[in-house]
Amino acid sequence: MKLYSPVLFLVFSLLFCEVAAQNDKMALVKGGVYLPLYGAENKTVKVEPFLMDIYPVTNTDYLKFVEEYPQWKKSNVKPLFADKSYLTNWKDDETFQGLPNAPVTNVSWFAAKKYCECQGKRLPTMDEWEFAAMANEKMQDARRIETYNQYILNWYETPKTFNNPIGETFKNYWGIYDLHGLVWEWTLDFNSVLISGESRKDVDKDSNLFCGSAAIGASDLMNYAAFMRYAFRGSMKARYSSQNLGFRCAKDVEN
Amino acid sequence: MKLLFKKNLVTKMLFGIGAVAFLSGCVNDQSDKKYNDTVDIPVNQEMIAELTSPPNVPTPVGKRMAKKLIVDLEIQEREGEMTNGVKYVYWTFGGTVPGSFIRTRVGDEVEFHLKNHPDNKLPHNIDLHAVNGPGGGAESSFVAPGHEKVFSFKVLNPGLYVYHCATAPVGMHIANGMYGLILVEPEGGLSPVDKEYYIMQGDFYTEGKYGDRGLQAFDMQKAIDEKADYVVFNGHVGAMTGDNAITAKVGEKIRLFVGNGGPNLVSSFHVIGEIFDKVHVEGGDLVNENVQTTLIPAGGAAIVEFRVDVPGTFILVDHSIFRAFNKGALAMLKVEGEENKAIYSGEIRDGIYLPEGGAIQSMPTGGAKIEKEEVKALGIEERMAFGKDKYMATCVACHQANGQGIEGAFPPLAKSDYLNADVDRAIDIVLHGKTGEITVNGKKYNSVMTAQALSDEEVANVLTYVYNSWGNSKKEVTPEMVKAVRNK
Repeated sequence: MKLYSPVLFLVFSLLFCEVAAQNDKMALVKGGVYLPLYGAENKTVKVEPFLMDIYPVTNTDYLKFVEEYPQWKKSNVKPLFADKSYLTNWKDDETFQGLPNAPVTNVSWFAAKKYCECQGKRLPTMDEWEFAAMANEKMQDARRIETYNQYILNWYETPKTFNNPIGETFKNYWGIYDLHGLVWEWTLDFNSVLISGESRKDVDKDSNLFCGSAAIGASDLMNYAAFMRYAFRGSMKARYSSQNLGFRCAKDVEN
Repeated sequence: MKLLFKKNLVTKMLFGIGAVAFLSGCVNDQSDKKYNDTVDIPVNQEMIAELTSPPNVPTPVGKRMAKKLIVDLEIQEREGEMTNGVKYVYWTFGGTVPGSFIRTRVGDEVEFHLKNHPDNKLPHNIDLHAVNGPGGGAESSFVAPGHEKVFSFKVLNPGLYVYHCATAPVGMHIANGMYGLILVEPEGGLSPVDKEYYIMQGDFYTEGKYGDRGLQAFDMQKAIDEKADYVVFNGHVGAMTGDNAITAKVGEKIRLFVGNGGPNLVSSFHVIGEIFDKVHVEGGDLVNENVQTTLIPAGGAAIVEFRVDVPGTFILVDHSIFRAFNKGALAMLKVEGEENKAIYSGEIRDGIYLPEGGAIQSMPTGGAKIEKEEVKALGIEERMAFGKDKYMATCVACHQANGQGIEGAFPPLAKSDYLNADVDRAIDIVLHGKTGEITVNGKKYNSVMTAQALSDEEVANVLTYVYNSWGNSKKEVTPEMVKAVRNK
């Protein structure tokens, strides 16, 4: 029993956190159907209405979190849940670098997921994220609009945007900022496309989307922005963290 | 009988050599044993591979044995200069376009460390055409920013091979500069030469046209349409011209490792004023001799060799010649040394030519307008009149007949604080265009004015007209002022 108690404590501390739900700074995404780039064999996916954070989680937000839940401090975090680059440019456990209202990055999926749970929220699913992010200022689905795509491609090619404060990109149709133009964002099922269980992929083990093979099974060959997003997600593992990867939380709509 | 005897002897000798090789296997000596299958070539000892930036290549392998070769390559996404005043964000293997040159010999076991810099936005991988295996390594090298992937492969086929990133969307990764060359030398190395250089062609697709200033983004539609704005050697215009030209001395034997990263265009590689003595066609074993222009496919390479016989500057081009003249596909080889009049005389004389029958001939003009010398304004009144014409032809669509502009879209020129504040800035905008947010008379504008293809005289006229109309500050702009700004 003695042996188990630290393990149990760990499991407990990871499983539970005091829930302080707050719906402010969230926007309602009314949901609907959309055709994702991958994973649905040209079938549309239905997205239920959900709430999404208007802004990504900032350095200040995250500092507050690690103060409350010290097991997620840089020096305490379990290697199983975060690799060495976790909060890599924080000077110490409680000192971040960069702007207080810049998005927090170098956070693993485990940490991001826990953060959201402790706010009484959760990470958005990939479909939710993609659904919300296909909007531009005026339209729900701007994926065919040239300027929308070019904006995203330009951002992918702009170095060091992770240093920018939140809220400086455009406000989209749903009232949400920074889905494009600031940092990549974790989703709950970020690698589900690549472990789809789809027979062809499992046989070929051709899951890295390299070269021409990425074109097979994609619903829109012109959506370069989305290709790159899926490629990025595919390169990540849950314990990885990355300079250009942050997150925001989502929540079910309570009836 | 005689023949049989000989064969027997050879077999015995081979056996003997093999035994020696076996006995001394630990001391880096495979002697001259030949292997029917390059898979069987053993490796001993480790070596860190020498990697070089273009146009340089690492030291030849010479007679060294096959080794375990450690290649350490870092991926960097970084801003660079496409041509004067034009910036582009390149994605690179090792910080340069093309990426670092990798030199191996047949039988080497390459342990490849692919590192993706933490500041990078994107995951990448590497597909080396010298690899026998799925994805050419791409399958096992898909690496997230801030991570390192290690995989290894044995080089089995001698030749010159392209490597490139193959992450989706693959075309964009290549279009941004993610390609380079890996050389696999045969047993005993390539024959020695005096100079070796590394050149790689690539096509680029930018939001603006050739020469449009500022940071230019990748243009996906142009790339899909295969309409390149830039076709260059070694990543940017002028990478190998002027002070950056490659050099040689008369009498030297030159070997160029020439690759073509694409993503779209096939290269008709040619050196003006030289004939290739030898071309390893498509980088393989087939050698062609006395070649003027060699075709290099996208994702392919060639090794060309020639001796330089006379001094001078030799121009390397893609002989799809508009690319050379208008899109940057030019490099220079400067050769120093003694003239050789027997090979090339230079100009001997410039004489008069009078054909018999003496009718004056002229080029058919086909009714096209012959370009006239530009009419210059003599005084400010003429300048105003000419300027008004030009304004009504070129500027009126956006800035409107009375310079009032259109609120929210095109800034006013009438009583414009922005205009009157800085005449050189106004000239610069007419010459080079303007993008981005400006504030004029307290209102914000964020749109695009394209560069105007006008002569110094025309710019002076039109701006003089603008400055002397609609309550502006009544400056006269002269062609000299325009010229000064243009030459800045």
